[in-house]
This record gives sequence, C-alpha cells and structure tokens, in this order.
Amino acid sequence: MKKFVLLLMLTLLAFSVAAVNGQDAVELRITWYNDGTEGDALRAALDQFEAANPGIKVVIDDVGYKDPNVYHSTIQAQVESGSPPDLARVNDVARLAGTYLDLTPLVKDSKYWTDSFSKEVLDSLRTDEKDTGIYGFPLNFTITAPFINRTLFKQAGIEVPSDTKADVTWAEWADASKKVADATGTPFAIAYEPRGHRFWGFAISEGGKWFNDEGNFTVDSAGFRTAAQEMIDWNKNGISDPAIWANLPDGPKLARDQFIGGQVVFLYSGSFAVGGLASSIGTKFDWSAIPNPTGPGGSTGSPGGSLLVGFAGTKHPQEVAKLMDFLTQEDVLGEFSIKSSFLPGHLGLAKAGLKFTDNAEILNQLSLEIPKINEQAYKLQYSKYAFTYNRPIDGRLSQVIAGELSLDDAIIAIQKDVDDAIAAAKTS
Amino acid sequence: MASVPVSKTSTAYRPRKPDWLTEILDWVMHPVELIVVPIQRRFGTQKMAWFFVLPNLIIFAIFIMLPMLLNLYYAFTGSTNLFPQDRPFVGTANFTQLLTCQNFLQPTTCQQDIFWRAVWNTGVYVVFEVSGIVIISLVTAVALNQRIRARGFFRSVFFYPVLLSPVVVALIWKWILQRDGLLNAIIVALGGQRVPFLLDAEWARFWVIMVSIWAQVGFYTLILLAGLQSIPTEYYEAAQIDGASNRNTFRYITLPLLMPTMLVVLVLSLIRAVQVFDQSFALTGGGPGTATTYIVQYIYNTGFTSPSRQAGLAAAASVVLAITLMILTLTQLRLGRKTEENT
Repeated sequence: MKKFVLLLMLTLLAFSVAAVNGQDAVELRITWYNDGTEGDALRAALDQFEAANPGIKVVIDDVGYKDPNVYHSTIQAQVESGSPPDLARVNDVARLAGTYLDLTPLVKDSKYWTDSFSKEVLDSLRTDEKDTGIYGFPLNFTITAPFINRTLFKQAGIEVPSDTKADVTWAEWADASKKVADATGTPFAIAYEPRGHRFWGFAISEGGKWFNDEGNFTVDSAGFRTAAQEMIDWNKNGISDPAIWANLPDGPKLARDQFIGGQVVFLYSGSFAVGGLASSIGTKFDWSAIPNPTGPGGSTGSPGGSLLVGFAGTKHPQEVAKLMDFLTQEDVLGEFSIKSSFLPGHLGLAKAGLKFTDNAEILNQLSLEIPKINEQAYKLQYSKYAFTYNRPIDGRLSQVIAGELSLDDAIIAIQKDVDDAIAAAKTS
Repeated sequence: MASVPVSKTSTAYRPRKPDWLTEILDWVMHPVELIVVPIQRRFGTQKMAWFFVLPNLIIFAIFIMLPMLLNLYYAFTGSTNLFPQDRPFVGTANFTQLLTCQNFLQPTTCQQDIFWRAVWNTGVYVVFEVSGIVIISLVTAVALNQRIRARGFFRSVFFYPVLLSPVVVALIWKWILQRDGLLNAIIVALGGQRVPFLLDAEWARFWVIMVSIWAQVGFYTLILLAGLQSIPTEYYEAAQIDGASNRNTFRYITLPLLMPTMLVVLVLSLIRAVQVFDQSFALTGGGPGTATTYIVQYIYNTGFTSPSRQAGLAAAASVVLAITLMILTLTQLRLGRKTEENT
C-alpha cells in the first residue's frame, strides 16, 4: 500500500512538473497553406528556431487552399472575433490591413527589414500612405510564366521558338504548340490557368492598358480585347481544352494535371507551381520555363507572392517578432527558398542569386523574368483591390467561352463587377 | 365446437422478470429518474412534454432559428465586415440590387445578371428534375410492388445511390462523363466522336438533372412503395370482380389513393430541388460559364468566394429563396388538401 501511495505521489509530481513546464512554453500558431513543398521547408526552419529558443514552440496549422476568399475569410473571422492566429501566410494582403502586428519596435533592426524587402511589398500591408509600419515579409516572389514540354517538341522535330530568338509572340507560340500537338498526337496545344491574375500580363503584352488617365481600373483596351479574343479562339479551335475554363474552381489544377500527364504542350502558370510540377513530373519528360511571350506591349508576367504576417491580437508579440527576425535572416530565408523551389522575396538574396539544387534551370529562367515585369502589373498586384481586379476576369471570360456573353458584354460586365466591388468595399 | 378454457388471469399484466438488459437500463435510468421525478412532481405530468422537447428546441433555436434571424439582419446591412455589429444598415438596397432588371428574360439587363441566370437555371432544373423524380419513382414503385422475381434485390439496387454522399455521386459521374471518361471511351470504341457532356451548356444541364434523379429516385420510390402497400387489397379484389382493366384499376384506385403520398414526394423533391448545390457544384463547378450555376451557388459565391464578399447581397438572395420555397410549399399543401377532400 505504501509503495502504491508513493508511486501515485511520484506520478502526480511528474504531471505537475510537466504541467508547469507546459505553461512556461509559449506556443505560436501559424495559419498556413501549401502550394508545393514549402510547408516542409518551413518546418525545418522552425525546428532550428525551436532548438535555439526552447521556450517557444511553433505549430503550423495547414488549413488548405482551394479558394483565396474562403482561405482569407477563415482568417478574417478569427481576427474579427478577437482570436487571430499569431501568424499567417497571406496573399490577399490588403484585406486584413489594419489588423497586423507592427513589428517596427519589436524587431532587432527595422532598417534591415526596409532594406531587405521591396517598398511595394511592405506598402501592400499598410493601411495608407501615412502608415510606415512593418507588418510582415514576403515568403517568396512569384511571377506568372509559361512552361513547355520539351520532349514533345523534340519528338515533333520542331525547334523551340525561344531557343533561336529572344522575342516570341503569343501567336507564334500558339502556332508552334499547335504544330507540336498535331505532330505528336497530343490532345491540346495550350493550357492557360483560368485566373484573372494570369491574364494581366498577357493583356499588357498585347498593348493593354489597365488604368485610365485618372488612374482608375479599366478593362476596355485594345490590348485586352486582342488577348481575350486569342484565348477565346484557342478554346473554340481545339488549341485549348474548354474544360479548363468551364470549371473555374478546378481549372488551374486541371491545366497543371494536363501538363503533368503530357496532354498539353504549353502551360501558362507561374513560379509558384514549380515545386508541385517538378515532384509530379519527375523524369517522365523534359520541361522548362520559357520567357513570357511578347507583343506590342512587351513581355511581362504578373508578379505576386505570399507574405508571412503577425497579427496585432497575438498574446505573444515579442515571440512573434523573435520568430520573424529569425526567419528573415538571409541564410534561413535562402535555405527556405531553395528547399521550396521559391524565388526569394528578399532583395539581397534575389540580387546575389540563389544556388538552387532542384529545378535550378527553371528557377533561374524565371528569375530572368522579374526585371521585365511591367509597371502596370506591379500596380495591379500591389493595389488594395488586387483580388477585386482579378476574379471577374476569369468568370466573365468563361461565360464568353461558353457562349453566354459576347466579348463586348463581358467587358461591360467586368468593369461593372469591379466598380460595384470597390463601391461595396468603400462602405466598410 | 368445444370452447377453449381461458384463465381469468391469462390477459392480466404480469411484469417480466428483470433480465440483464433491464438491470443495466434500470441502473442507467436511475440518475435520470432522480432528476425527472422531482420535476414531474413540481410541474405535473402535462407539462413534462415541454421538458422532453426542450433539448431539441434549444438545438433548433441555436442552429436553425438564430442563423435564420442573423441572415435576415444581414440582408438589410452592407459592407464587407463579417460581424453584425460592424455592418451598417442599408435598408432594402440589397433587395433592390437583386431585383432590378430592365427585362427579366434577359439577365444581361439585370443589375445582378448572375443571380437571374441562376434563377432561370434553377427554374428549368426544378421543372425537369421534379417531374423526372415523380414519374420515374412512381413507375419504379409500381414495378417493385408487383410479384416479380428478386424483388428485394431490385429494391436494394434502386435505393443504393441514396446511401452515397452527393459529392461521391458527383465524382463518380464526373469520371463517367468527362472528356476522357468512361462514356466517351465507349462511344469512341464504338467508332463515334467524343461528346462534350460537361462542356456544352445543354448537355451539362441535362446531366446535372439526370445525375440528381439517379441519386434520389430510390428514396422517393421507397415512400411511394409504402403508399402503394397501404392501399387496402379489398379495393383491387372488388375491381377484379367488377372486371376492371389494369389501366382503369391504376387510374381509378391506385392513383387517387396514392395522391397524398405523391404530394409528399412532390413537396420534398421540390424543396430539395430548389436548394440544389453540392452535387452540381462538385460535378460542374457551375459551368460551363454559368450554365449550371443555381441560386444556392450564387449565394455561396457572392457571400464567400467573391472578392467583395457581399454577405448582405447573399443574405438577401437567401431571403428571396426562402420566400419562394414558402409560397411553393403552401400552394402545394393547399392543392393537396383539395385533392384529399375530392378523394
């Protein structure tokens, strides 16, 4: 009996010590989604951080990401109900501006932050011009770009156009891809991910203007019409599979799946997809990134990326800042980018260039696209209404492809959708 | 005939000896009794009904009534904020926006053109899906009510799709209907051309209806089967003696007596059809274009997936949908009462 009582007391003591220890440890939670393998890369960095800071434990809450609005609504609800996550990965950054934790007084050296990350990116997290706070950093820098199946070009005996000349137009790529598809029995020539954001660069390269003289969003330009008509024609002439634009929620996945399955010659996607494509394609065929096609407006993709932010409602602001300081170190961020096959959002790393171990050729080619990004594309992406500009484009163009609207009607509808959404946002 | 001696005590109540199950139940129910008995003493037996329905009422209030009231409140508010206290009152602006149209037959002239496309799509869907369900489930029920071989097996077969989740049903059919799906593989193997089952607007509408009928018809067949089996056999025997043909028997006996059950089928399938969302969304995503976008998907898109997150507009559309459903149900119930009176 004595032994039993002694054992019981020891067990209780052990539980008490564990409980006290548990109370001492601060737990930070990051709301997260994965495009590819970056969750594993982050975990590796967090393990290093936890080893150096035994009192802090960091948990990644991967909540999945199919629709940006559903993802950000989840975070918004947490924030507005007063129980936000400590940190989150976001890409609709303007939506939650005003709720982020200002790291300026908390980080070791705020100047390092303003020197290391682009002003446009830091501004996108701020509420207005007067706001000078530092709220987060870009986990990556993304750019939309095309990829081709080189094995199919080789099998068809057709030269890859960009191998022999610097500037290749959209029409030339469509023509070459069609010839390759015909020669190799590939079902489709082009798969274009159905997202407005992917379409901005195409329209600009065809001479499109996304802002009028007053600086307001406009969709009705000759360049947009040309690009939209080309894309609509591809869907009607069998160059593209209409299924991709018919089912918008699954469209990007379907486009990538077709490319992975060797069902299409040319895929328009972006740097964010490299990790996922590489792991799925493996050694099945040779593929590469190619320069964005050119036109009267030049050659440009659309910039983007996701950011890691802290929230003002966190109970552990010091620990959040400590973690942010750790993750923004050049070596940590560099390793994270290499492991994730991400282009870095850190200016120093981008300038020095990263020695990618996987997919190096593809990522280096995509890096070459960054200096070519058109000013309009930056303005669209880092606007407060980036997502508002983005979504109506794919919805309305899908209606044109389905025969419900004419292109003229679609242009009127896109403009109205954007104007209405901005008006609704302004009532908030 | 000798009478069977009946013991006077043979029909008297005799408590069964408590077996192990009864003992467990007694043990479990004892604490319940400790609570219930004093309450019953305090409020009386009559009011105990309220006590028993209270848990369900609380759940209903929290998960049905409260969201309904909140939805009504949202319908009269604006902004993109999520919480009610942060949303300004905008009066009937959301309803005006929804219902403003130059020509209701041309959605492009409406302020919310997608809403009106969804309304028309839902209307077409409801008419064809509900008619299909009522007719097919009636035919199936009548067939399965006959003395046919393997009747039990066929009843199970028709009911089986009801057990599947709507998303599973959609994924199975997507696999069959997509460009490289099973159906196109068969068509190509037979020397035909691939058919764009989910890419052509008319085909997509057709298949969304067909898949829905396939998935639900077993449930309604079961209801009608129960209705058929409740018709007294004497009527059929009398009709047979009178020399009535099968057609007349069906027309003058089966159909009128089955009418109340058919009304149940009609009301249930109609309510469900107007609420169509999960299955069609998983099958087509609402496309091509907006060909299979129905009202509930419009509500979902407007409130959750559009960048402007117009929860007020979405809530207003929900109210319009609820009113429509209420009118339809009341009309049907009134018609049903008349039919019953006539019968």
